[in-house]
Amino acid sequence: MSEPPVRPPKVVAKVVVFGWGNTSRGDDAIGPLLLADLEAAQLPGVETIEDFQLQIEHALDMVGADLVLFLDAGTQTAAPYVFYEAKPAGVFTASTHALLPEAVLSVYRQVQGQEPPPAFVLCVRGEQFGLGEPMSEVAIERLEAAKGLVRELCAQPDVGLWRARVV
Amino acid sequence: MFDLETAAHPQTLRRVAIDPVSRVEGHGKVTLLLDDDNQVHQVRLHIVEFRGFEVFIEGRPYWEVPVTVQRLCGICPVSHHLAAVKAMDLIAGAKQIPPTAEKLRRLMHYGQVLQSHALHFFHLCSPDLLLGFDSDFTRRHILTVAEQHPEIAKQGILLRKFGQEVIRHTAGKRIHGTGAVPGGMNKALTVAERDALRREVDQMIVWSRGAVNLVKQMHLTKPEFYNRFGEFDSNLMGLVDERGALDFYHGGLRATDANRNILFDHLDYARYEEVIDEQAKPWSYMKFPHLRALGEEKGWYRVGPLARVAAADFLSTELANQERTEMMAVGNGRPPHGTLLYHWARLIEVLHSAELIRDLLDDPEILGTDLMADLSPQREGIREAVGVIEAPRGTLFHHYRVGEDDLVKFCNLIVSTTNNNQAMNEAIRHVARTFFDGREVTEGLLNHIEVAIRAYDPCLSCATHALGKMPLEVDLVAPDGQLISRRRRNLEGVA
Repeated sequence: MSEPPVRPPKVVAKVVVFGWGNTSRGDDAIGPLLLADLEAAQLPGVETIEDFQLQIEHALDMVGADLVLFLDAGTQTAAPYVFYEAKPAGVFTASTHALLPEAVLSVYRQVQGQEPPPAFVLCVRGEQFGLGEPMSEVAIERLEAAKGLVRELCAQPDVGLWRARVV
Repeated sequence: MFDLETAAHPQTLRRVAIDPVSRVEGHGKVTLLLDDDNQVHQVRLHIVEFRGFEVFIEGRPYWEVPVTVQRLCGICPVSHHLAAVKAMDLIAGAKQIPPTAEKLRRLMHYGQVLQSHALHFFHLCSPDLLLGFDSDFTRRHILTVAEQHPEIAKQGILLRKFGQEVIRHTAGKRIHGTGAVPGGMNKALTVAERDALRREVDQMIVWSRGAVNLVKQMHLTKPEFYNRFGEFDSNLMGLVDERGALDFYHGGLRATDANRNILFDHLDYARYEEVIDEQAKPWSYMKFPHLRALGEEKGWYRVGPLARVAAADFLSTELANQERTEMMAVGNGRPPHGTLLYHWARLIEVLHSAELIRDLLDDPEILGTDLMADLSPQREGIREAVGVIEAPRGTLFHHYRVGEDDLVKFCNLIVSTTNNNQAMNEAIRHVARTFFDGREVTEGLLNHIEVAIRAYDPCLSCATHALGKMPLEVDLVAPDGQLISRRRRNLEGVA
């Protein structure tokens, strides 16, 4: 499939990018490291938010955004990464205080009384998550591959172009 | 030997597991051993993940530790930050820090208590309390609460957001903050930051009062159920100030028995090892602390909202203290011991925190810029120190020894949830005895077990989080190991 044409948007869109995880837990650092790389690019209109976990109040951070991107590590997810559009849904994780992106979008819908902005998830597969562990070699390779995608997406904040990149 | 901890003939019993327990942090599981008549013989809450906190800390420079420990837990990083820095103040040679620095730390801490409790009640527990323990589990979560009680859900989010703004303004960042450093603080509060928080805090107090009233009305509507659910006597522990008021940030240790008779009071927490012992058991990675003087079977205790609100003589803010008085009346002269009263006490602490934040914001000294103690280059040679605070979930101990090279040689943490380990086991055994014996096991009944655990808001693990985690599975296994049935809750909430 050919790459969609790169077109600068007419107006700088506001893109809110969440990256979450614990940089002291091996491959759980993927989200924050992707976010740090994006911040270094200093792209216009991009707002980055790092946290340990995704939570209800992050719905408020999406207010006014044209596009939302969630960056996280995955366990047992497809390698090297999956990129998909997230829709509001009443999904919940079984075991933690944290929410899934779909649940945060639902909270936005409930709290704001309107549909959330288009939102996408980039989930890079990790392998080891122990406290104090380094990142795995394979996850470092996946991370490097994902950095390019994140920069490309945020340089082209167009929902049509993002949908065309869904894998 | 604790009742229902170990069955006499486990090989003849069938096993039901809740693995992992949902809506708590980390990985824990519950196992129940039942006979053919569904009589309960053994109930255990297991912690199945080894955390290795101490190994993670040892070998690091002492001044780095208050920042590093925030990575131990994504749920309450500020608690670890402050407990560690209190110990490292002493290592750095600061017996006292400037008044403004302490007030800023307190402000940060109260923001943490407020946002943590708001999340717990509105997001994690309101589905059980507002929708019912036996309600359809595929819809028993915050989104249904938001549908049916939109104002409550919104207030919960905004309360949490406010608490996080307090943390951001005092710690300097939303996460990985470096506000507190050994010897004081490295960031002052600006007038603009103070004013931004002050504009919102009165509304937070109003919503906090509303939340207390909400849970109070639940108790008053069904007092027998709410007061008796998971009710058992225990010792209580928490920090109090010199007047006997609850103090989240600093004070002496107070322990009482189940009738609130003082066991020890205003104890310097640096002496915690003299009064607390920890026991390991082969079936859990989490230790079981108890008061040495009373021994393992009678010396275990509870910490956290209900324990410390009851153990203290009063709360130092007006509205919260009025609410405390009403809650304590439930016990008819004794401290209330029902597990669900943790929710009531937790919301009283939300109100207390909001009032404390308001009072600090109204204190001109909060804007001071004298933030660091004078640290003598020739320190007094203190190489061992303890820092203790009342974290949202209860008393948190950080104990360090530092070598001449300034690297941490020894570290011992007793986290709040560990202090409540035996209490959580007692709670689920009480629930199992009350609701399970002789009845068919259903998802609703299993949720009663989880409700009892969630009341303590346990943080069983750490900050690891990634998409694609395991779903909840409940297996019913015959004595010969054959799988009889499996109930599975996937990410869409489908059984």
